[in-house]
Amino acid sequence: MAKFTTLTSRMMPMPVDNIDTDQIIPARFLKTISKEGLDKQLFNDWRYDASGAPKPDFILNAPEWQGVQILLAGDNFGCGSSREHAPWALTQWGFRAIVSTSFADIFKSNALKNGLVPVVVPRDVHAKLFEMVAADPHATATIGLASQTLTLPGGAVVEFPVDAFSKHCLLEGVDELGYILQQMPAIEAYEARKDVHLNTLNPS
Amino acid sequence: MSTPRTIIEKLWDSHVVAERPGAPSLIYIDLHLVHEVTSPQAFAGLRARGLKVRRPQNTFATTDHSTPTTPRSLPIVDPIAKAQVERLESNCEEFGIPYFGFQSPHQGIVHVIGPENGLTQPGMTVVCGDSHTATHGAFGALAFGIGTSEVEMVLATQCLLQRKSKTYEVRVDGALKPGVTAKDIILALIARIGVGGGTGCVFEYRGQAISALSMEERMTVCNMSIEGGARAGLIAPDDKTYQFLAGKPFAPKGAEWDAAVERWKRLPTDAGATYDHTITMDANTLEPMITFGTNPGMGMPVSGVVPDPASLSDPLERDSLAKALRYMDLTPGKPLAGQPVNVVFVGSCTNSRMSDLRAAAGVLKGRKVSPKVRMMVVPGSMEIKRQAEAEGLDKVFREAGADWREAGCSMCIAMNGDQLQPGEYSVSTSNRNFEGRQGKGGRTFLASPLTAAASAIAGVVTDARKL
Ligand code: SF4
Repeated sequence: MAKFTTLTSRMMPMPVDNIDTDQIIPARFLKTISKEGLDKQLFNDWRYDASGAPKPDFILNAPEWQGVQILLAGDNFGCGSSREHAPWALTQWGFRAIVSTSFADIFKSNALKNGLVPVVVPRDVHAKLFEMVAADPHATATIGLASQTLTLPGGAVVEFPVDAFSKHCLLEGVDELGYILQQMPAIEAYEARKDVHLNTLNPS
Repeated sequence: MSTPRTIIEKLWDSHVVAERPGAPSLIYIDLHLVHEVTSPQAFAGLRARGLKVRRPQNTFATTDHSTPTTPRSLPIVDPIAKAQVERLESNCEEFGIPYFGFQSPHQGIVHVIGPENGLTQPGMTVVCGDSHTATHGAFGALAFGIGTSEVEMVLATQCLLQRKSKTYEVRVDGALKPGVTAKDIILALIARIGVGGGTGCVFEYRGQAISALSMEERMTVCNMSIEGGARAGLIAPDDKTYQFLAGKPFAPKGAEWDAAVERWKRLPTDAGATYDHTITMDANTLEPMITFGTNPGMGMPVSGVVPDPASLSDPLERDSLAKALRYMDLTPGKPLAGQPVNVVFVGSCTNSRMSDLRAAAGVLKGRKVSPKVRMMVVPGSMEIKRQAEAEGLDKVFREAGADWREAGCSMCIAMNGDQLQPGEYSVSTSNRNFEGRQGKGGRTFLASPLTAAASAIAGVVTDARKL
């Protein structure tokens, strides 16, 4: 997994609550058997018109927003399906962090496994960020993972929560599967326990 | 005396493999269900690391999402979907995983075939790379959706790193009125708590109205736990659970069955156990529900009027509702009943089982689908299809003018070509009304099979009790 330490970027505002994974990447693009090229379909149905041409008024298409690495989105970001194609598409496009008031559970878990940092801020800070970006689209924010801080344009600092384990994995680029594999003895011990009823699917 | 525990805590405690300070718990997974969409990259990951599937005997696969619902004698036309279905089958063969493939007489939606075959059992942890895995919670299992990275972890180690969720009691007292269904319970709950209301939690549904539900109806309720934001939702097992499972192909048999039932009987929440959150609902006051917006929390009684964004004080909420109504092209203050519909879909892991098909057929019998409406009925599995045909339900659907299809996810997710055209309205028994969920530009009203069938006949959104 790609490491994450600090990030300074402008923030792309997307002031919509409950942005679901079907908006982030519609289901019809999930027929792929690889992870590649999903950035082309990021926010597909908001991004392209019926003929497939980019809609100039959708922010992701605006030339001045290319290369931005922080997405500033509404509450409960990433609700809906468990598709990991959503964080794959977001990171392939270039996002490394999303700032919102809350995230859906599965999306958050998927994002953290792909080096995409969900930054939860209080409602007042969230509202203020949208105001700041509206006033100055060039304003930047800085995310410091070790210190768990978001530095707002103008220098005010707010802390955000990240659990210790995810933080460690992001800072070091630790791979979770590798971490679990190290615990194989504990898994074998669990499987051998008398009070554990392992399910073995034997049809009859 | 040990501390009283909820069923959620009992399930958690019995599956903790290891705990290390500063890290999430390592949790054992009893049943891993796999489908074609969220698994290919996980198998590729295993291959890249030279890993095997640790317990193929605890893993089961089927193909449902990209799978066509046209007759099985026809080839899969979409080459990308075909490649995905074939990749699942070759991955299962390579890694030794049992599966019901495209041509299997047992194929079906992953959350339908698990319970149908007795793969899903009380006391288990069940995962699948699919957010509606909570369906299996109807059996007293801790069942939740995972991402593809986690699919790879479970394939390789049979374990996952998880943090304990909060417990959330959803108590539904009283009894449902005639014409009000399990789907209406869950739509009413989500309308009340919102799509983020259960974030970080596992729901336990209990109370008189829940006990009174059949196993199929319980699956409908648990299925949509994720739409309330919850990681999982479950119902403690009882005699109905055991009756449903007895004799199912993968259920324990003989002495093993007796021992299993003894264990399962210890699962229900202890008297005096407490929850982090509780909500109570009165089933007597519930009405048939329908959604009007672009997330499942935007729901109301079928007799209701479309809400006005101007009535909301929070600016972001107001804009989100206004955006939803623009997408749906609905006018605030107008009733939804009477709204013309183009398509009616009965199917999905929420409502595609026998009781759902019987309910829809009961409304359609002797009637005709409006000439303005295209109606599709898609059974949840090939087993259900055969049973419905044995009961003559297919004839009822066909004579009414509905299309009777093969099993799969179909228009719930519109990956297989079954989809709405831009601007079309559907009444759908599925679980998500997100923008474009049933086809780009399509507009979805979620409702019960009764409301769906009644709306198909009338050609407009209709309360089945008024037909
Ligand atoms: S029927 Fe719909 S919700 Fe259920 S598994 Fe298929 S796509 Fe997902």
